[in-house]
Amino acid sequence: MKITIAEVEHVARLARLELAEEEINLFAGQMDAILEYVEKLKELNTEGIVPIAHVEVLMGSVFPFREDAVQSPIGLDRALSNAPKPAGSFFAVPKVIE
Amino acid sequence: MNVFEMTIHELHAALKEKQISSVEATSAMLERIGSVEPHVGSFITVTSEQALSAARSADQRIASGECHLLTGIPLAIKDIILTEGILTTCGSRILDNFIPPYSATSWEKLRDRGAVLLGKLNQDEFAMGSSTESSAYGTTRNPWDTTRIPGGSSGGSAAAVAASEAVATLGTDTGGSIRQPASHCGCVGLKPTYGRVSRYGVIAYASSLDQVGPLTRDVADCAVMLEAVAGHDPKDSTSVDTPVPNYSAHLSDGVKGLKIGLPKEYFIDGLDPDVQGAMAAAIETYRRLGAEFVDISLPHTDYAVATYYLIAAAEASSNLARYDGVRFGHRAEADGLLEMYTKSRSEGFGVEVKRRIMIGTYALSSGYYDAYYVKAQKVRTLIMRDFIEAFSAVDVMLTPVAPTPAFKIGEKINDPLQMYLSDIFTIPVNLAGTCAISIPAGFSAAGLPIGLQLIGKPFCEESILKAGYAFEQATEWHKRKAMI
Repeated sequence: MKITIAEVEHVARLARLELAEEEINLFAGQMDAILEYVEKLKELNTEGIVPIAHVEVLMGSVFPFREDAVQSPIGLDRALSNAPKPAGSFFAVPKVIE
Repeated sequence: MNVFEMTIHELHAALKEKQISSVEATSAMLERIGSVEPHVGSFITVTSEQALSAARSADQRIASGECHLLTGIPLAIKDIILTEGILTTCGSRILDNFIPPYSATSWEKLRDRGAVLLGKLNQDEFAMGSSTESSAYGTTRNPWDTTRIPGGSSGGSAAAVAASEAVATLGTDTGGSIRQPASHCGCVGLKPTYGRVSRYGVIAYASSLDQVGPLTRDVADCAVMLEAVAGHDPKDSTSVDTPVPNYSAHLSDGVKGLKIGLPKEYFIDGLDPDVQGAMAAAIETYRRLGAEFVDISLPHTDYAVATYYLIAAAEASSNLARYDGVRFGHRAEADGLLEMYTKSRSEGFGVEVKRRIMIGTYALSSGYYDAYYVKAQKVRTLIMRDFIEAFSAVDVMLTPVAPTPAFKIGEKINDPLQMYLSDIFTIPVNLAGTCAISIPAGFSAAGLPIGLQLIGKPFCEESILKAGYAFEQATEWHKRKAMI
């Protein structure tokens, strides 16, 4: 086994997910198979190979910076238009500090 | 000919000659949507009223002599693309009430040219899937055989074109999500080079891989759509400012002397015989047209799926952290803040999204980061180098899009790894950041469409459009219609 039930529960906590027991069991098996599959990357010698987060450099393209100029903001009404619980000019959340 | 079966070019000509109005075309399209939607399910939201109002405006523009190729053309876009004031769910429950306060640049560009929005198309939840089965709004069915998947994640975008529910559509492609459904539904689908089309206002899945692109009835329409959406956008720091070529102008240049590479790793034993047959016939067609074939190798192909599922899942786990119930989307009732985050996410996300967040979180977590995430980033470098090397000897590459025609609904849903492997020929292109197109290239014995993939050098969309056009002119595959 590449991943244990306890590890699945730990990862779920890190990801802010609450999984039902069936989901934990299902994911443990499936993640195990997927992690087993990705093991094949270990066959490759990558010593001295630079890891890339992005294709920019190798493609020779350049992502230009924009002017650092003030833009008109989206505005309070639109910013709050999807708020599950707006409160004046804020997003209300359950009490954090007792 | 039925209005709803027209290409952008045909409808544009009819609009310009005043043989039809945009309101008439849009009404015909909406009627068509009404009659086939119960069988196909391409749409999450149909915007009938807004469409007719946009069509009226387009008719006024046309009357005043202003008629861009897209003015008055009824289109639809994937529900991952933000549309101001119109529900945008990304196929997820967590966004089932989300009305974007602004629009994506790609949609704004189409809208500014007078295109008419028919609605928002179904997709796998957060674009995670190859079959549209992970959508929270039901599975889209393949118009060629409604017991089969349309492909994914832009399944609605492909099915809508194939079922004549939109003249053309936009999708997104992170690991094949435009090309694979285009192949399964018998339409043209293009994944542009990373940086070619703005991703501003497109809901992020894996930010180093995602691109927006068109799905159309033919290659000429694809060139028109790409021309409209491509270009630099100061709002997307990953968009480049190289000029957008006039893709339509050189479509008919032909393929005489074009060097086409055949990567041996893509013509493997497990390939479906019908797919193999279609590829052999396509190679013959190109030979006849004067193209030259070169045997090439992309030696790290076999590692692409593993690399992709680590990188994409890692980026997804980070991108999807924003869905916490605070500022938008679903919020669960809870006493504490942490409980609210956890409950909102657990109720809002579907099983495939949770699975990828879990894999990504695992790959990024302390103790595994180097072994999984950094390792995958290094292998990505090797995969990119394969492409750079191979492109020193050829202009474009020809490969299958998918190893098999569309599979049955439910066939792979319980085996995520098998589902992931169905993207084996499309994923490397995203990792390398370059462009590729899927072109209709035949049918299986069972009558299912088979697509041909042409891969181009970075920012050389012209070359794959030109090669695709030449193939289309020499064949009739794109003219067949799904009987739906």
